[in-house]
Parts: sequence; structure tokens; C-alpha cells
Amino acid sequence: MPRIIPPWEIKRELLTKAEDTTNPKYGHRPSERPAKEYIQYGTINLDKPAGPTSHEVAAWVKKIMHLNNIGHGGTLEA
Amino acid sequence: MTGILPITLEDATKVVQAFLYSGKEYVCVMKLHGDVKEEQIKPVLKEFEDEIYQRPPLRSSVKRQLRTRRIYYMDYLELDGRNVLFKVGCEAGTYIRKLCFDIGEILGAGAHMQELRRTRSGSFTETSATKVTLHDVAYWFGEWEEKKDEAILHKFIEPMENALVLLPKIVVRDSAVDALCHGANLTAPGVLSVGSGIEKGSILGIFTLKGEAVALAKALASTEEMLDLKHGTVAGLQRVLMPRGTYPRVWKTGSGA
Repeated sequence: MPRIIPPWEIKRELLTKAEDTTNPKYGHRPSERPAKEYIQYGTINLDKPAGPTSHEVAAWVKKIMHLNNIGHGGTLEA
Repeated sequence: MTGILPITLEDATKVVQAFLYSGKEYVCVMKLHGDVKEEQIKPVLKEFEDEIYQRPPLRSSVKRQLRTRRIYYMDYLELDGRNVLFKVGCEAGTYIRKLCFDIGEILGAGAHMQELRRTRSGSFTETSATKVTLHDVAYWFGEWEEKKDEAILHKFIEPMENALVLLPKIVVRDSAVDALCHGANLTAPGVLSVGSGIEKGSILGIFTLKGEAVALAKALASTEEMLDLKHGTVAGLQRVLMPRGTYPRVWKTGSGA
């Protein structure tokens, strides 16, 4: 049976259609965002401890960092 | 259960849906209800490397109807008494508890899930340099508040773009960005480069030349078609990620547009 390739093993190339430049006046490279924006558009690769629910863990991060909004990618229960 | 739980902060919360398309990896301890030999377990685990049917368990957050999930790999690691250690790569939404029950049924002895650790969620892995615990988050955030050194933020926060690296992508011109931020579909003239392997219906990320995520979109054409097309819509917007006005508005409004 043919193995189903996991998304992280799929090789993708970026093919050029046209060339252009970007104006440095607008936006930022993601790694160069000013601190406030870096947090505003940030994610955390969290190692969840055993015990609390994913929802509780996310709520703690929200409280620790005084955030207004938080989300988590895929419940990892109890 | 422990392991990788990607957390999205503030406006980055808009990317959580990307994790629905991105696959997971778990290491699991399965407890057998009888004695089974290693030689019997290995081939049964391999049988599950396929598209499988699962009905969500009684205690679940979704409608309990039969659905299919893809298992990319199922690697036997160790047998210790009645405890089987294995690693599984699977589509998001696969119930590992159910998988253990089904393996137990096929083996005849019965089995249940004893322990589970997620070692990957999409592009987020256990071995990443930025992986942190709750304690690390509290510590580094405290350090940041005290010293206001941006390098500290980079120790535990990654840009939301890192959550999108497994999706196919399209890079667009500066002049196409603001219309997309207003929810317009992507048209051919704005496209600068296109990822290989895009098919009609693929979920993809639209990026600026600086590498900023602009929006999540659904492809309306294949990679080859997008490279060929001179005009027309190539991707339908699903979720805008960048605020309006980040790039200048160069598109026209009204009948002359």
C-alpha cells in the first residue's frame, strides 16, 4: 500500500512568475517586527504539562502576559 | 496528556485554523489487556498506516458521525510487559484513544491508551529551539517587562508565519496587499511567485515579499494555471491576517475600477 506522505515531508518549490521589489517604508519582516507587533502577531510553541486542560493552559498564558486574546491549535486533553 | 500545544497570541489567533490542516505526531503508551508477542503487534500497527474510519468517542466535542482520518506512519518502538510504546503521525482530529481500542480488538487481547504525548503539531515540534514550558513563559515575560530587550521576546515567541510554513504559498506585489486586507480575492496580476503542488481547492497562505502573512485563501486554480494566467481570480480569501492600511491603498473604487 502506498504510504500517505505527512504534510511536513512534502517538498514545495517556489516558482517565479514575475519580479518586483518591496518598499521598506511599509510593513516589516516578521522577525524584525517592533516588540508590540511581534507579540501581537506571535505564537508560542508550548510544552503542555499533565493535569490542566488545553483551555486552562491557554488561559494561564493569557494572564501571565496580560493579553486580550489567545487561541490554541488543537486540544490536547487532560 | 502532555506535549506540543501551539498557542496563538492576540491577532495571531486568526491562524489557528491552519493547524486543522497540518497533521500531528504522538508518542503513545498502549496498555494491553492480555499477553501478546512483539511479532504479532508489529504487523497490526502497520495495518493502520492508511486512511482509517473513526467514530468520535462519546465524550468528544464534535458530532459523532463516522469520518475518515489519514495515518501517515505508525512506528512500533518498544514492548515492556503489557505496555506497548509506539509513535504515530496522523491527520488532525485522529482519536488516539480510539486507535488503541481498535488495535486491541484486532490483537484479540483488548487494549487502552495509557499515556499520550504530542511531539508535533504542524510545523511546531518538540525539538524546536523555541519550545517552552509555562514556567519559561512566566520567566521570559518577566525578564522582558524588566529589561525591555527585544531579544528576550525572540527566545519564546515565534512570528505567526512560522505556523504557516507547511501550507503552499503565493507571494504577491506590495500593490496587491491592501486590497487583500480589505477582503478582495487575489487576481493574477498581483502574483509574483507560486508554490508547487497547488491544486484547485488547496488552502494556502498569501505572503508579501518581506515574508509577512497577508491572508489564508483557497486556490481557484492549480500552480501551473496561476503561473500562466494574465488576469482573473486565482485564490478566494478565507481569512485576512494583516490589518488594513499596513501597505498603501493603490486600488481604485467606483465604476472606473
